Amino acid sequence: MSARVEVRRGFYRDSVTLLQASEAVAASPGVTAALVAMATSLNLELYERLGFEPAAIADATPNDLLVAVQGADDAAVERAIALLDARFAASAPTHGSDGFGASVPAHTTTSALRQGGTLSLISLPGAHAFVEAMDAVQAGKSVMLFSDNVPVEQEILLKDEAARHGVLVMGPDCGTAVVGGLGLGFANALQPGPVGIVAASGTGAQQVSCLLDAAGVGVTAVLGTGGRDLSAAVGGRSTLAAMELLDKHPGTELAVILSKPPDPAVAEKIRAAAAAMDTPSLVAFVGRGQRDLSAVTGDVLAALGVSDDAPTEWPAPYERAPRGGAIRGLFSGGTLCDEAMAIASDTLGMPIRSNTPLDKEWALGPDLRAPGHVMIDFGDDQLTQGRAHPMIDPSLRLERIAEEAVDPDCAVLLLDIVLGYGSHADPATPFAAAIRKAREQAAAAGRDLAVVVALIGSRGDPQHRDATAEALVAAGASVHLSNAAAARVAVGLIEGAVR
Amino acid sequence: MITLELDDVPVVVTAGVPLFSDALTQQAAEPISVDWAPPAGGASADLAAIAADLRAAEATVESARRLTTARAHWVDVVPAHEALGLTRGEFLHAGPPTTWATASGPLRGALIGAMIYEGLADSVEEAERLGASDEISLAPCHSRGAVGPMAGVVSASMPVSVLHDEVHGKRAYCTLNEGLGKVLRFGAYAPEVIERLRWMEHVLGPLLRWTLRKNGPVDIPSVLAQALQMGDEGHNRNRAATSLLLREITPALLETEASRADIKAVYRFISGNDHFFLNLSMPAGKAAADAARDIPGSRMVVAMARNGTDFGIQVSGTGDEWFTAPAPVVDGLYFPGFSAKDANPDLGDSTITETSGIGGFAMAAAPAIVRFVGGEAADALRNTLSMYEITVAEHPLYQVPVLGFRGTPSGIDATLVVRTGIVPVVNTGIAGREPGVGQVGAGLVTPPMSVFVDAVHALAQRVR
Repeated sequence: MSARVEVRRGFYRDSVTLLQASEAVAASPGVTAALVAMATSLNLELYERLGFEPAAIADATPNDLLVAVQGADDAAVERAIALLDARFAASAPTHGSDGFGASVPAHTTTSALRQGGTLSLISLPGAHAFVEAMDAVQAGKSVMLFSDNVPVEQEILLKDEAARHGVLVMGPDCGTAVVGGLGLGFANALQPGPVGIVAASGTGAQQVSCLLDAAGVGVTAVLGTGGRDLSAAVGGRSTLAAMELLDKHPGTELAVILSKPPDPAVAEKIRAAAAAMDTPSLVAFVGRGQRDLSAVTGDVLAALGVSDDAPTEWPAPYERAPRGGAIRGLFSGGTLCDEAMAIASDTLGMPIRSNTPLDKEWALGPDLRAPGHVMIDFGDDQLTQGRAHPMIDPSLRLERIAEEAVDPDCAVLLLDIVLGYGSHADPATPFAAAIRKAREQAAAAGRDLAVVVALIGSRGDPQHRDATAEALVAAGASVHLSNAAAARVAVGLIEGAVR
Repeated sequence: MITLELDDVPVVVTAGVPLFSDALTQQAAEPISVDWAPPAGGASADLAAIAADLRAAEATVESARRLTTARAHWVDVVPAHEALGLTRGEFLHAGPPTTWATASGPLRGALIGAMIYEGLADSVEEAERLGASDEISLAPCHSRGAVGPMAGVVSASMPVSVLHDEVHGKRAYCTLNEGLGKVLRFGAYAPEVIERLRWMEHVLGPLLRWTLRKNGPVDIPSVLAQALQMGDEGHNRNRAATSLLLREITPALLETEASRADIKAVYRFISGNDHFFLNLSMPAGKAAADAARDIPGSRMVVAMARNGTDFGIQVSGTGDEWFTAPAPVVDGLYFPGFSAKDANPDLGDSTITETSGIGGFAMAAAPAIVRFVGGEAADALRNTLSMYEITVAEHPLYQVPVLGFRGTPSGIDATLVVRTGIVPVVNTGIAGREPGVGQVGAGLVTPPMSVFVDAVHALAQRVR
């Protein structure tokens, strides 16, 4: 026989709760007698009648809780006490799900996380994002921080605090992530599979993961880190944390780390960390003079031993002749724009003017206009202030298509269209109409306006990738799942005949 | 070591553009959306500076821990000159600091009454002359570890309850409740008011002192915890708590060596005054809030108080600094013959109850008072539930039965008030505007947001 008596000072529960607790403890296996009650004189009598030692509770007052358990052995008593503690913990303050009254909407991330959230997705204006993100980190939850314009010192603080709490901060300025099969931000419907992606570039990750999807290869996760993570100041804090996470994750067979060329010292650190991983890894810094995203995808497929067919394309519905004039690239994805500019400038050996130029000399003025080859990233911070991202709101690009239609200098239009959750629900309709109209206007002026579209999407995306491609082709465009391939086709139309 | 589960579908909390929560719904997930709005007073830079203060979150939680673990016991009743060292010309009052010149009608009335009671003046005129002179001095109750309901005037001869919290070693003080009607705390100073104060000094105070000696200290939070389950909220409804208290002390009261007439008078006085316990729930809250003071970085509100002219708050991380704004007028029900034009702006230290997690914050426990303060039972639930948005703890002792015995929302975080735009819910009585009138109604008061914005600014200044 074993007995345990506790006096819990200042612990108050109503008598019904205590009666139920007392019964539950008494019914616990091996328990021969139990009392859980406030130490009132009536209960003290009960206590003695049950055969417990009065001296053990000599100083108990009616405001104290009496816990007395007698059992066959110590284990039975321990079990019963644990059961009691669990009951009290359950009835204690955390949330009132079993009470009355409509719940009040959460006004802060802290409050929403109390309702059972496990991850925070923040897309507030930059000035307000940090406070909400700290809520999540300090509650021990990971954050996908879509917001841009978050000061770098806040980013560093956030990521250090995340490390302290053992969570991941994806962002700021993180466009896409896939966690537990759920797409966050702008995200494609990807099949599950063996590849884990860590990416400092949102559209870069979307391109690679969609091309993998097209080749029948799925992902365990896509973990964005934010475009600034690999800067000297931030030092790859989130990238390194995400790599560690993938390394420990049993389902991830190959980790792909994707970024624009980072700060050299940080690049070294990332390569060293990748080399130290138990999980096979592939580090790809994409940009001018580097391998393009489609080639990186090929490397991933090769590493997995999957055959690497050329990504699908839908040719234009007519023979396109080579022509003089300029390429005008109108992009919604920054990395896609960079990739196209690198391919075009390297192939043509000419400057590509841009709002996000490869070379400072090639910068466009605020009117975004210049003769010759021009490529514009409409998703750049400067162009999204006070308006929705071009993946959601195509109006700026549609206007620009109409303007290019009447510019005799414009020979080839190069566009990206990014599908997936979060993006425009039906980009085919407005873009097909705009392309058709632009081509008609150009034709009326005696020009053939070639239109080349990079279509970033998976087969499962809600916009229906293939139907989207077909609608664009019907409007006169060629469509390519590879952005690099689209850029080469556009360049080829300037250089010589490409079908 | 990162603990993000990659194999389970996350439950996503979204703050920002609805598009991304819609995109989650499209994937058959059930996101929890934050009903976000820009912070009050354009305080985003201040809020970011405070969020960057890494000790702030823990300091605030520590404040709330102290607040909710305090267990103040009613240990004694002694004259204020003894307990607080008040001299004859010294007067304490409710709310943030004020002067005779800026004092509201009821506060002046109470000061006049107290001067007459102390024998400093024989007439109202003389008291007014004295009040305006520098022969008397005024200080907030809060500055001396005390709290006072309504005008909250404490003078040297008044008996005060002494509460002692052994857990954090704090003491707090409060006068004895005079009852309703024409009473000093509402600014009344008629002869019967002074008469009652004398009786309290000579009979009630000493008898309670003996009673406590006989009975032993009374665990006030324990009584409150039970009263919350009997329909009280500890500010505007104290009927259950007063009854429980009387039940506890009566045997000892009967054993005091006083005349039968005095014992009977004391019993009748307490029994006939549903608010007797208010003057114990308040100092219990004060002792708890004082335990939470002066923690560097802490964003927790440790005092909310009004003097009839200004509404003020103090925050743990900013010491004794008061953040004030003009006191608002109470929105509520008026006694027959009175209306809003008779009302004085909000008054009293009784908001220490809300500061400590009861009162308006525990309104869901007290549906009976909802109509009195103008509302429906659903409003009481909503009021309590919305207070969880601005508090950092749930009280382990004070529970709300209809909310599944959830602990009351406790420990107001000033930054959460500014972030959510939700101000504390305060139940309160309404004092008449003119001195001597007394209570004219009761209702809810909306604290001015600017005091929280100012407090947040001061917190941010300290970390910049």
